[in-house]
Amino acid sequence: MATETTGAAIGACVDGNGGAIGMPQLCVEWMPNQIFWLVVALIVIYFVLSRIALPRIGGVLAERKGTITNDLTAAEELKAKAVEAEKAYQDALARARAEAAKIVAEARAEIQKDLDAATARADAEIAARSAESEKRIGEIRAGALEAVTEVAKDTAKELVSALGGKADARSVTAAVNARLKG
Amino acid sequence: MAEEAHSEGGLVFHPMDQFIVKPLFGEGPVEWYTPTNVTLWLGIAVLCTVALFVLGTRGRAIIPTRVQSIAELAYGFIYKMVEDIAGPDGARYFPKIFTLFVFIIMTNYLALIPMSFSPTSHIAATAVLGFGVFIAVTVLGFVKNGTHFLGLFWMSDAPLVLRPIIAVIEVISYFVRPVSHSIRLAGNIMAGHTVIKVFAAFAGVAALAPVSVLAIVAIYGLEVLVAFIQAYVFTILTCVYLRDALHPGH
Repeated sequence: MATETTGAAIGACVDGNGGAIGMPQLCVEWMPNQIFWLVVALIVIYFVLSRIALPRIGGVLAERKGTITNDLTAAEELKAKAVEAEKAYQDALARARAEAAKIVAEARAEIQKDLDAATARADAEIAARSAESEKRIGEIRAGALEAVTEVAKDTAKELVSALGGKADARSVTAAVNARLKG
Repeated sequence: MAEEAHSEGGLVFHPMDQFIVKPLFGEGPVEWYTPTNVTLWLGIAVLCTVALFVLGTRGRAIIPTRVQSIAELAYGFIYKMVEDIAGPDGARYFPKIFTLFVFIIMTNYLALIPMSFSPTSHIAATAVLGFGVFIAVTVLGFVKNGTHFLGLFWMSDAPLVLRPIIAVIEVISYFVRPVSHSIRLAGNIMAGHTVIKVFAAFAGVAALAPVSVLAIVAIYGLEVLVAFIQAYVFTILTCVYLRDALHPGH
């Protein structure tokens, strides 16, 4: 470094033109000043930080951590509650389903009973009616048989008299009866 | 002198002038109490610290503002470093270590402002920091552990023949610590600033000016990294020394 030393040096470390002589770092003349102000600055920074700033930041960080933890716990609780509520809902749903099934079964059984009773009554009526009808058919059939006998006897008597025979009513009847039994 | 240099070839090198300590008022000699440019830039560093860590956290907000989150980030970063390296009982010394970190990083970054003064480029300042840490840690080691602290130099798991030799090496390395601790910081900052000034001098020649400007930008970017890394390294080494003082057994 080409510094000129012409002119009166202001100090041992600065030449007449205000340029540095050698390394200013090694200038012993300035060291007490630097050390003094450095110590002052360090002490001020230390007290500002340790008395005001660091407790405050530490407090904020702790508070934030606490808030987050609390919120997480609250969220956990709410989640548990939600799960519980869902379980209760599912239980209620299952109970309601069972109830509904029971009611359906009861209704079905009742209807079945009514239906059975109605069927039985209808069957009985049908049976009664058919018995009556049978009886009537029997009567009609018996009536018809009788009528056939009568007609046969009359016809036979008429035929006999028409043929010129003397019809003995008794023997004609007997003969017709025998014939009908045939 | 500037004119003379100019007539010689247009290159004016004054890379060290930026480190000159001058009185703020008048021309008198620099006494220990004189307010100088050192005072000014240290004062600005203190003001920036107050602005960031006191005014920035004024709200004590659960959801931090931007400035508050920077302060919290720095707090968490250094707190974790102290706890991880020096152990949970090292957390007691967190405010002191945090002060060191904040001071170094503030002065380093303020020194990157053009025309500013960089206190950490001076060995006088960093030596106070380095030897301060060294003396504090050594005293703490003896107070906490008594003579057991000397076990730091006596490798009980090495072969007996080698132990005295290792002890000598350990003692030497222990006493070199503050020297390397302080010169590392001052040397890095001084070298970076000097290189920027040297490149700036080349800007006076038209043909070299573009290269010079590009080089300044590149070095400046590097210096931004160095400013943080040196503060980080200084702090982390302080934590390592603190751990040795608290737990001298290897």
